[in-house]
Amino acid sequence: MTFARNLAIAVALGVAAYLLSISLSPFDNLRLASMAYYFVALAGLTVLTGLSGQISLGHGALMAVGAYTSAILISRDGWALVPALVAATVVTALVGVLVGVVSARLRGPYLAGATLAFAVGLPGLADKYPHAFGGENGLTVNPPIAPTSLGANFPLERWEAWIACGCALVTFVVLAGLARGRVGRSLRALRDDDVAAQLAGVDVGRLRVLAFVVSAGCAGLAGAAFVAVTQIAAPGAFQLALSLSLLTGIVLGGLGSLWGALWGAAALVLLPSWSDDIAHSLSLSGDVQANLPLAIYGVVLIGVIMAAPTGLQGLVRRLSHVVRGRLFKPEEESA
Amino acid sequence: MARFVDLTLNGVSNGMIYAAVALSLVLIWRATRIVNFAQGGMLMITTFIASSVIGSSGSYWLGFAVALASGLVLGAVVERLLIRRVADGPALNAVIVALGLLVLLQALAGMIWGGTPRSFEPAFSIRGYFIGGRHVLFGPMDSFTVLAVLGVAVLLWLLFQRTSIGLQMRASAFAPAVARLQGVRVGNMLTLGWALAALCGSLAGLLVAPAVFVGPNNFDPILVFGFTAAVIGGLDSPVGGVIGGLVLGLVLSYVAGYWGSAMVNLSALFVLIAVLMVRPEGLFATRAARRI
Repeated sequence: MTFARNLAIAVALGVAAYLLSISLSPFDNLRLASMAYYFVALAGLTVLTGLSGQISLGHGALMAVGAYTSAILISRDGWALVPALVAATVVTALVGVLVGVVSARLRGPYLAGATLAFAVGLPGLADKYPHAFGGENGLTVNPPIAPTSLGANFPLERWEAWIACGCALVTFVVLAGLARGRVGRSLRALRDDDVAAQLAGVDVGRLRVLAFVVSAGCAGLAGAAFVAVTQIAAPGAFQLALSLSLLTGIVLGGLGSLWGALWGAAALVLLPSWSDDIAHSLSLSGDVQANLPLAIYGVVLIGVIMAAPTGLQGLVRRLSHVVRGRLFKPEEESA
Repeated sequence: MARFVDLTLNGVSNGMIYAAVALSLVLIWRATRIVNFAQGGMLMITTFIASSVIGSSGSYWLGFAVALASGLVLGAVVERLLIRRVADGPALNAVIVALGLLVLLQALAGMIWGGTPRSFEPAFSIRGYFIGGRHVLFGPMDSFTVLAVLGVAVLLWLLFQRTSIGLQMRASAFAPAVARLQGVRVGNMLTLGWALAALCGSLAGLLVAPAVFVGPNNFDPILVFGFTAAVIGGLDSPVGGVIGGLVLGLVLSYVAGYWGSAMVNLSALFVLIAVLMVRPEGLFATRAARRI
C-alpha cells in the first residue's frame, strides 16, 4: 500500500519533471539537473541526520567517491551509464560501511569532527595519486548520448536533466519506502532514545551503520549523476564547502523529510543564482558586487533558521494547516 | 637528526596556534554546547582589523591590542544577537547559524578589504635561532607564539579555577537552572564565555597571520585543524585542547616533512580516528558514562 502510494507520487513527480524539462531553456535544464542530483544527496543525508540523528560533515567526500568511481569506469573501462551509476552507488555504500563502522560509537561533535576530517582529507588523494585520479584537473568523461529514438537533435541538457531526475525518482521511491517501514521506525526510535530502542530489541550498532550505508549510497549516486551532468570529477568540486552546503540544505529544507530535501535542493541551486542576479542588477563597486551573493546567502541562512526553526518544510506544513483550518473548520475558527 | 629537531620545533609552534583555536572552541562548547564554526570568520575579521590599525598607526602592539579587544566585543555581540535566539532550538540550527555567520563575515571582509590576501608583518623576527652552527626552524616569533598561547591558557585556568567569576561561569555551563537560583546572571556568563573564546581566537589569528597572510578564506584550515585538535583533546577539556593542538601540530609537521604536503589533511583524519577509536570522547574526556 505504502509502496503503491510512493510509486504514485514518484510518477506524478516524474511527469512534472518531464513537463518542466521540455518547456525549460537548456540553461534551466542544467539547473533542474543539478537540483535533481542535490536532491539525491540531500535525501540520503536527511535519512542519516534526520532519522537516525547522526551528523555528517563528510558527505561531499562520499559524493567524490561516487563521482570518481563512475568517471573511472566510464572513461577508462568504457562502461555504459546505467551500470556505472549502479557501481558508483555500490562502491560508495561500501565506503559507507567503513565510515559507519568507525563512527558508530561517536556522538554529536565528535562525529562531526571525524566526518569533517574525512571531508578535508579525502580530496588530498587526488593530488597524491595523479595517475589514478588526474590530480588537480581531475578526470573528464564524454557527455552521455541520448538514445537515437528521441530524435537526432534532442538537446543534451534535457537528456542530462532526465538522467539526474531518473536518479532522484529512484532514490525517492527507495527512501520513502525505507522511512515509512520497519527500518525507518527503528531509526526514529534510535534517534529519540537509543537506550529505549535497544531495550525494545533494536540492534543499535547495526542500525547506525545501516543508516550510514544507505546515505553513503545516495551520496555516491549523486556524485555519479554529477559526473553525468558536468562531465568532470575534480577535487575542487568536492571541498569542505560542498559537505557544509549539503548539511545546510537539509536543515534549510526541513530535517528528516524527503520533501525537505526537495526544498533544500531547490534552495542550494536557486539561492546562489538569484543572489547573483540581484548583485548584478545593482551598480556597485567591484569588491562589493563580487561578495554580495555570499553575503545574501549568509543572511538568508541565518534568517531562515531564525524565522523557521523547522525549515521550509515546517513552514509549508504550518501553512497547509492554516489553509485546511480555514477550508474545513470555519466555525471553530470563529468560535 | 637536525631535520627531526626542526620538524619537532616547527610542530610545537604550529601546534600552539591550533591549541589557541581549540581553546576558543572548547570555551564555547563548555558554555553553550555549540561548535562555533564561525570562529574562523571571527578571527579573520579581527586580524583584518589589526592589519588596518597597524597600517595606519605603524604600531604593531596597538593593532594587537585593538584586535584582541575587538575579538572580545565581536564574541559578545554574536552571542547576544544570534546565538541566544537559537541556543534552545535543535542543536543543528545553531551550527547552521554559525555557518551562515561564517559566510557573511567572509563576504563582508571581501567587500571591505578585497579578496587579495595581504601580508602581515610579524612582531618578532621569524629567522631561526643560531644554535649548533646553523639556524634552527624556530625563532623569536615562535617563542612569542608559544609563550602567548601558554600565557593565555594559564590566565584562563586561573580565571576559571581561582575567581568568583570563573566559578559562576562554570556553574552556568554545568547547571544553568541551579546557578540562576543561586543568583548567578547566567546570560551574562554565557556572553562572557563567548567574548573570552573570541579573544583566544583573535590571538590565534594574529599569531598565524604572518604565515598564511590575511584574506577572507585564509584562516579556514586553521579552524579545521583547531576543531580537530579540540576533538582529539576532548571538547570539554581546555587542557585537552592544548594537548590536542600540540599532538596535531607535531604529527602534521612530521607528515609534511617526511611524506609530502598532499597527505597532511589525510593524516589529520588518521590521528583523529586513531584517538577516537580508543577514546570516543577525546583524550581528556571527563564523563565516565553517557547520559541515559
